[in-house]
Amino acid sequence: MRSIELAAGEELNPLIPHTAEIIVGFIAFSLLYMVLRRAVVPRFEKAFAERTDAIQGGMERAERAQREAEAALNQYKSQLADARGEAQNIREEARVQGAAIIEEMRAKAQEEAARITASAQAAIEAERQQAVNSLRNEVGALATELASKIVGEALDDQVRQSRIVDRFLSDLEKSK
Amino acid sequence: MLVSYAAEVGKEEGFNPPDAGDFNLPPFIEGNEFATKPILLVFLSVLLISIFFILSSRKAAVVPSKLQFAGESIYGFVRNDLGREVIGHEFMRFVPYLFTLFTFILVNNIFGIVPLIQFPTMSRISFPYVLAAFTFFIFHYVGIRKQGFFKYMKEIMFLPGIPKPAYILITPLELATYFLVRPMTLSLRLFANMFAGHLLLLVFILGGEHLLQGVIGLKLVSPFSFAIGIALTFFEFMVQCLQAYIFTLLTALYIAGALADEH
Repeated sequence: MRSIELAAGEELNPLIPHTAEIIVGFIAFSLLYMVLRRAVVPRFEKAFAERTDAIQGGMERAERAQREAEAALNQYKSQLADARGEAQNIREEARVQGAAIIEEMRAKAQEEAARITASAQAAIEAERQQAVNSLRNEVGALATELASKIVGEALDDQVRQSRIVDRFLSDLEKSK
Repeated sequence: MLVSYAAEVGKEEGFNPPDAGDFNLPPFIEGNEFATKPILLVFLSVLLISIFFILSSRKAAVVPSKLQFAGESIYGFVRNDLGREVIGHEFMRFVPYLFTLFTFILVNNIFGIVPLIQFPTMSRISFPYVLAAFTFFIFHYVGIRKQGFFKYMKEIMFLPGIPKPAYILITPLELATYFLVRPMTLSLRLFANMFAGHLLLLVFILGGEHLLQGVIGLKLVSPFSFAIGIALTFFEFMVQCLQAYIFTLLTALYIAGALADEH
């Protein structure tokens, strides 16, 4: 059973504090405060910080990896675009060069043709000149021969005259 | 206040309903005021809390063990829900105090329903007084440090945006609120809840015990008394947790108020 023992006149008012308890409460609470503050709070804070760090670190790593992947993709894309551009340039250049070569060849061919034409003309001219020269010599000789024949016969007779010419011509033809 | 327990006084035969005297436990060493159950329990609570949290925080691993998780949950609750949520960005300075306050009150309250201990230390008014005094000095100190003594007093006494004559009424009320009502309500709320709860348990459990000694009819009623006592024990557990929470929450609110520029 309960053992409630009270001295006569003992203060029963429960709102009146007790000196010993005040002292103990003060000391005990301060003690607990120091223990928790020194030994417990910093460690929990450390654990919290490390956990936050671990989670954030993981996320940061993932983000970094993604950024790197994106950078690589962009790089590849730009390289691809560069390569395409370069190919385009090369094609363009080749086309231009080809055109230039064709143009050059055509010019050369024309020049060559002109040269050949010119030399052929020169040759023809030379042969013609030669032919004219030889013709002139021959015609001179023939004329001289004809003249001597005509002079050797009587030239007043019309019929005779024409007969001489005919004979000369037929001789000429035979002599060919 | 010097307690010297002598012979039983004023107790009659039959059932004595429990009263304030039930909280005045005699020292177990004759004449030594410090050798009382509440004082022993307070030291026990300090020991238990220290051991529990030192063990649970010892490794401080990123992936916590069950023990660390248990300790961390309580710490995290006080730190985040009572500290950070209420006080704001300067909360970390006050976390050790709030944490100590919460665990100290909680464990000493729960002593009220722990078998064999069964005495809520906070039903001894001295302890709530001490805790309220700590809170009282801390929040005033914080306010004075933050704003300077005169500005702090001015903010308490002269609320802005009130017609001048109203100060005759408001200023004494505000002063009383800050310097009397707050510490008194803080300590009395905790004390009264624990006191009344313990008294209630005593009534039903001692009543049940007394009924067992009565005639057969009374013996049959006795189990109901015990049943209510057990139900009330669960209820008390809730009240004990709640009171620890409220005390800590109000402390955080007072600190937050002292830190705020405008009241």
